[in-house]
Amino acid sequence: MSDTINLTLKVWRQPNASTPGKFVEYPAKNIPTDCSFLEMLDIVNETLVAQNIEPVAFDHDCREGICGMCSLVINGVAHGPEKATTTCQLHMRHFKDGDTVYVEPWRAVAFPLIKDLVVDRTAFERIQQAGGYISARNGSAPDSNSVPIPKQNADCAMDAAACIGCGACVAACPNSSAMLFVSAKVSHLALLPQGQPERTRRAVKMVKTMDAEGFGNCTNYYECEAVCPAEIKSSFISMLNREYVFAAAREAVSEI
Amino acid sequence: MKAIISFYQSSIGKKWIVALTGLVLVGFVTGHMIGNLQVFLGHEALNRYAAFLQGLGELLWVIRGVLAACIIVHIITTVLLWVQNNAAKPQKYAVNNPQAGSIGARTMIVSGLIIICFLVFHILHFTALSIHPEWKLWEDPDGRHDVYSLVIAGFRNPLESLFYLVGVFLLATHLSHGIQSFIQTLGLRSRKIAEPLTTASPYLAGLLFLGYASIPVGVLLAQHLNLPILQPLAH
Repeated sequence: MSDTINLTLKVWRQPNASTPGKFVEYPAKNIPTDCSFLEMLDIVNETLVAQNIEPVAFDHDCREGICGMCSLVINGVAHGPEKATTTCQLHMRHFKDGDTVYVEPWRAVAFPLIKDLVVDRTAFERIQQAGGYISARNGSAPDSNSVPIPKQNADCAMDAAACIGCGACVAACPNSSAMLFVSAKVSHLALLPQGQPERTRRAVKMVKTMDAEGFGNCTNYYECEAVCPAEIKSSFISMLNREYVFAAAREAVSEI
Repeated sequence: MKAIISFYQSSIGKKWIVALTGLVLVGFVTGHMIGNLQVFLGHEALNRYAAFLQGLGELLWVIRGVLAACIIVHIITTVLLWVQNNAAKPQKYAVNNPQAGSIGARTMIVSGLIIICFLVFHILHFTALSIHPEWKLWEDPDGRHDVYSLVIAGFRNPLESLFYLVGVFLLATHLSHGIQSFIQTLGLRSRKIAEPLTTASPYLAGLLFLGYASIPVGVLLAQHLNLPILQPLAH
């Protein structure tokens, strides 16, 4: 029965942002192949606690692949080797007995490290606050289908809305650009009638906040699209490039 | 003015500037290649074409000015982007495991800066004629500047041909990323026509490489195999 595997982990340990970090090697013994990557880390942490070693800090929440809280760059790939899969849904059966696995935090100036594998992703919240919302009317709910939306737009908006805001796009981008995230949020609302009132302001302000937060510039590597667990397409970035220029032009004209 | 400055300061604004200037330059290298391929038609065709370009007078300088401005803006903006992008990710991963970015995409800044060195040499070599000043005096039987023979004389030097081949190869790798990149940046990639264009981008760049490389390779082959084409006039 080969239901368990043994791995060698090289985990990034860093007590806080101001202390330099380093890789520390930990054996991961008798790991059931049915457990997820995070459950594997739980098992390793149990053994660390038993040895009186500080457990490895990592982000996690729903462990169902929908909350966007888990992160980790596993052997150089954000969320690990499986396509369209968050780290919490990555199962150990995708690793071989005896593998050495490097585990690193998201690396980007805009995502400062908090501890070990945990980074601060509140820059995404600030981008959302700058324009990732709509003005909804108060009162009773409108009749269903009272606002017609072309099927194509509804589908496309849903594809963009699938973004869980995990930040893998930033982690994978050699420039730490947040364009895939911002493009998903801007496109999602720009495609729907409810998103029209703030459309111009939204594109301009969200891009401005993105730049101010210290994310890099998109140079079309498409690494983001390759690692995105929600399969957000890079064509949304193209859509944002168009959206932003028209919005900036509309804003410039309105100021004259 | 304020709108223009804030547009240039934004990341997407800079991308648009790079894409638009790049588009002009892609147009130029395409036209330049088609014009140059007339060398295969003999001295009559190429020298007539060269005389036509020289005959444009002030218009020629307007075109040169626009191209030079595009090159300068393209370089300044991309270097600015490169500096910002390095600052955004100071710490790289211990394991480098790219999932998508092509070699062309990853070497844009290197290929671009070498292309500029090549361009300076190329202009001194075939436009200003400062490397071989005696070429300025060459004329064909119709009294036109004999550009045809000086191109062949230049490419008969294997070192100059090799440098030229390296230059156009780097240009092709630069454009294999560049052509699809401006489609993405100008916001056209979600449309139907853009997807096949994106796939075609490396092939279009390869076509440009073959077109440009055919001239030095052709000259050297014609010289060593004594072919009836690509032989210089006597000077």
